[in-house]
Amino acid sequence: MAALIATGNSQQESAAGLTARQRGLLLLPALLAIAIFLVLPLGFILVYSFLTKGTYGGVVWEFSLAAYEQFLFERDLFTDELVFHASYLQIYGRSVLQALVATIACLAIGFPTAYYIATRPAAQRNMWVFLITVPYWVNLLIRTVSMLFIIRDEGPLNSILLGIGLISEPIRLAYTDFAIGLGLVYSYLPFMVLPIYAAIERFDFRLVEAGHDLYADRWTILRQIIVPLTRPGIVAGSLLVFIPSLGSFIAPDLLGGGKNLMIGNTIALQFQSSRNWPFGSAAAVILLTLVLIVLVLFARRAQQAAAEQGRQ
Amino acid sequence: METQALRRDAVGIDQVVKVYGEGASAVTALKGVSLSIADNEFFTLLGPSGCGKTTLLRIIAGFEQVSGGRVFLFGEEIEQLPPNRRPVNTVFQHYALFPHMTVEENIAFGLRRLKRSDTEVKKRVGEMMEIVRLSGFAGRRPGQLSGGQQQRVALARALAPQPKILLLDEPLSALDLKLRQQMRLELKQIQENTGITFIFVTHDQEEALAMSDRIAVMSQGEVQQLGTAEDVYERPSNRFVADFIGDTNLIEATVLGEDGPDRRRCRTAQGLELTASGSGDPGQMVHLSIRPERISLVAGIGGSGTPCTIDRIIYLGTNRQVLVRLADGAPLTLLVPNTSGSTLEPGSAATISVAPGAARQLRD
Amino acid sequence: MASPQRHDLKRYPGFGAVTWACIVLLYAPMLVIMIYSFNELRSITTWGGFSFAWYLKALNNPQLHSATFNSVVVALVAATLGTILALCAALAMTRGRQLKHQSASFALLNLPLMVPEIVTAIGSLVFFLAIGIQLGLSTIIIAHTVFCIPFAYLPIAARLQGLEGYFEEAARDLYATRWETFRYVTLPLTMPGIISGYMLAFIVSLDDFIITNMVAGPGATTLPMAIYGMVRTGFTPEINAISTMMLLVSALFVSASYLISRRGASS
Repeated sequence: MAALIATGNSQQESAAGLTARQRGLLLLPALLAIAIFLVLPLGFILVYSFLTKGTYGGVVWEFSLAAYEQFLFERDLFTDELVFHASYLQIYGRSVLQALVATIACLAIGFPTAYYIATRPAAQRNMWVFLITVPYWVNLLIRTVSMLFIIRDEGPLNSILLGIGLISEPIRLAYTDFAIGLGLVYSYLPFMVLPIYAAIERFDFRLVEAGHDLYADRWTILRQIIVPLTRPGIVAGSLLVFIPSLGSFIAPDLLGGGKNLMIGNTIALQFQSSRNWPFGSAAAVILLTLVLIVLVLFARRAQQAAAEQGRQ
Repeated sequence: METQALRRDAVGIDQVVKVYGEGASAVTALKGVSLSIADNEFFTLLGPSGCGKTTLLRIIAGFEQVSGGRVFLFGEEIEQLPPNRRPVNTVFQHYALFPHMTVEENIAFGLRRLKRSDTEVKKRVGEMMEIVRLSGFAGRRPGQLSGGQQQRVALARALAPQPKILLLDEPLSALDLKLRQQMRLELKQIQENTGITFIFVTHDQEEALAMSDRIAVMSQGEVQQLGTAEDVYERPSNRFVADFIGDTNLIEATVLGEDGPDRRRCRTAQGLELTASGSGDPGQMVHLSIRPERISLVAGIGGSGTPCTIDRIIYLGTNRQVLVRLADGAPLTLLVPNTSGSTLEPGSAATISVAPGAARQLRD
Repeated sequence: MASPQRHDLKRYPGFGAVTWACIVLLYAPMLVIMIYSFNELRSITTWGGFSFAWYLKALNNPQLHSATFNSVVVALVAATLGTILALCAALAMTRGRQLKHQSASFALLNLPLMVPEIVTAIGSLVFFLAIGIQLGLSTIIIAHTVFCIPFAYLPIAARLQGLEGYFEEAARDLYATRWETFRYVTLPLTMPGIISGYMLAFIVSLDDFIITNMVAGPGATTLPMAIYGMVRTGFTPEINAISTMMLLVSALFVSASYLISRRGASS
C-alpha cells in the first residue's frame, strides 16, 4: 500500500561512500526480520489451510481440502453429503460491500474536504492538515469506543434526537451494519483525505483557468480536468480505506456487537472459541488473495496511466 | 473617453483600476487605464514585469475583476460575465495544456463545451492542426511534444472556438531565440488570415515592434504611450518610453530659441548644439532623446561635427556599438554599420554629428 | 460589480460545509467522551456534576498499571528496534545507485502495511506456537518490531531522498571517514525523519490491538487489551477517563511530531 504513496527510488551516486556489499549488509537485518516473522508465518498459514483440524485446536499433519470445502459446503449430519451453503460467502460478500460503501462514503466526504483544504491560503493549510491528522494518532480502539458511546440506545445522539422531539423512542444505531459502516468511515477517513490533498496541492490551477477560458463551467472542469489529474491521489486514498476496511476487526466486533460478522471476525473466531485452525487459515488465505488482486489490478492501471501520460 | 467610441470597438477599457489586497498592504496594479482596441487589430501591451499588462489581459479574459472602471466587448459591458461565457480565448504563458488529454482532445475541448456537433468538431480540429502544422500529432499527449509544438497546440486550442478576440500572454517567452523569431512571423500571418483581434502581452520590445499594428507601452499601472510601432520608437512621448524601447541617449539640454513650429534649438550641458522637435521657452531645461543609429561618426577631427574620443567598440555583427566621450567626458552611445575597413580604434579621436530631426524632446 | 466569489474559479459551493462536517465527524465522538469522563454520575444520559472520580478510579486500578507498563515497554523496545532496522535499510536503499533487488526489497519492507492485520495476527500466532516460542511480552515485541519497520522506514527514506548527495561528498572531500560522514553529516540531517519515524512506530505499537491480542498469551496484557476487556464486560465511565488520558497522550505526541517536522522542513 505504501508503495502507492511513496516517492520513486533515488538514483544518487554512492555519496556516503558505501559499496554495494556494505549496503546489502545494512539492508539485510530489516529484510530478514520481515522474511522470518512475516513471510514465513504467511507460508505457515498457507500450509495449515491444507491440513486437518485437530480436536482441541491446532492441526493434524494430514493433507485435506476440508477447510476450503467448508467455505462453500456443509456436511449434512445424517447423509454425510456435501450441501452448498452460502453463509461464509455471504460474510465475504458483506465485507466487500461494507468496505466499498465505507470507501465511497469516505470519498464523498474526503474529496471536497481535501479540495477545500488545498485551496486555502498556504498559511492555513498546515493547520487544516494537522486537524485531519490528529485522529489518526489516536488509538483506533478508543476512537471506536467513543463512536459506540455516542450512538448507543441511551447515548448522547439518541438523547438529543429525543430531546428535540425528532424521534419518540431511541432508534437502534449501535450493533447494526450502519454502525459498522460509520465506524469504518470514522476510522479511515484521514487515509482518504491526505493523499487526495497531496494530489490537489500539486495540481496546476492554471489549467482551471484554461478550462474556463474554453467555455467549461465549474462542474465540467471538476469532472474533466481536476478529477482525472488528481486520480492517483484518489486511487491511493480509496485503497488505503478499502483494504483495511475489508480485513477490519475492531469496528465490526465492537459496533456490530459480534453478531454482524465480517471477514476479520470470522478468522479471529477460528483461532479463539471455534478452534478450527485450518478453516481460519483458509479464510485468511482467501482474504489475502482478495487484497493482492485489488493491489495488482490498481498497480497495473496506475502503470498504464503513467505510460499514457507519456512523461518522458 | 467617449462611451460612444467604446461601443464601436472590439475592446473598450474605460478608466480601469485594479487594486490587490486591502488597507496598508494594498497594491495598485492599474491606475485608471483607458484604451480602445479596434476589430482585426494586432494590439500589443508592452512593458516591464509588474507594469500591469498581464493584469489588464486577465481582466479582459475574466480571471480578474476590476476595482473600478468598465470593460466593453463590442460595445457590451462584460464585467458580469464569467470567463467561460466570454467570446475570448487565451494562449497562456505556460500553455496550460491539459496533460491527460491528447493534442486532439485539447484542441476540441472548447468546441465540445460550446456543444458543437461531432462532425464540426472533427473538421475544425483538423483545420486547426493544419494551420499550426501539427497534423499527425493528433494522438500525442502534451508531455510528448517539444516546447515549440506545445506552443502551437496552445494556439490551436485557443483559436479553435473562433473567438472574437485572442489574448496571448507572453506566449513566446519559453521558446529559444530562433523558434521565437519564426513564431512571430507565423502569429502575424495567422492573425491576418483569421481576422481575429489579437491582444498580445510581452516585455520584449523587438517582438512588439515586429508584429503589432498598435502598441500600448505600459509602466507602473499606466499607459505611457499608445501608437504604432513607428510612433513609439521614433516619437517616444516620455523618458520611460524612449528608454524602454530600443537604446537611446538621454541628454539634458537648455532651450535656446525657436526654429520653426514645434522645433527648438537646444544646447546640451556638453555644449552640443542641435535642433530638437518639441516646445518650450528659451532658458527652459528639457530632456532629449537621440537614438544611437541617428548619430554619425567619422574618424579624425574636422568638419562641422563635435569632436570626441572613442572609448570602446562593441562588435554586434551587422553593427558596431561605439561608446564615445565628448570633450568634458560625457558619454554617448552610437550605432554604426559594420562597413569593412573601418579605421575606428579605441582611444582615437573622432567627430560626431547628429542627423537633423534625430533629437526629440521628452516629457518626464 | 459582481461579488468577489462569483468569478473565483477555484471555489465550489458546499465544499466548505463538507469540510466542517468532516471535522465534526472526526472530533465530536472524542469530545463527547472527554466531557462525559468528568461526569460524576454513572449514568450516560444525565449530568451529575463535574468530578475527577473516574480518573481516580482508573489511576488506582492495579490491572491498568501493569497493562500500561507492558504497553510502554513493548512500544519503547519495538519502536527502537524497528527504527534502527529501518534506518539501516533506508541508508542502503537511498545512498547510491539502485541496488540489484531494489524494488523487491522495497516491496518486502512495506509488506507489513499491505497484509491485513488479522492475517498477520494469526500467522504470527501459528508461527510462534509451531517453533515453540513461549507466548508473552517477547512475542509481542517481535511482532510489533516487524510492523514498526515500514512506519519508521517511510519518513526516514523520504528525508534521505530529499538529502542531496553533495553534503556527504563534501564531508568525504574534507577527510571525513565513512563513519564520521555518517555521524556528523548524514545522521544530523536525517534526524527529523528519524524522530518522526520513531514516534510513528511508537504510536502504532501503542495502538495495536489485533496482533497483540493473538500473540500475547495468558500473562501479558497491554493497555488496548485491558480497555477491550473492560468494554466487552460493560461500559463504565472509567473507560471514558482512560480514553481521555490516552487522547491527551496522543495529542501531545502529534503536536511534538508536527513541531519537529516543521522545524525539519525549515532547516
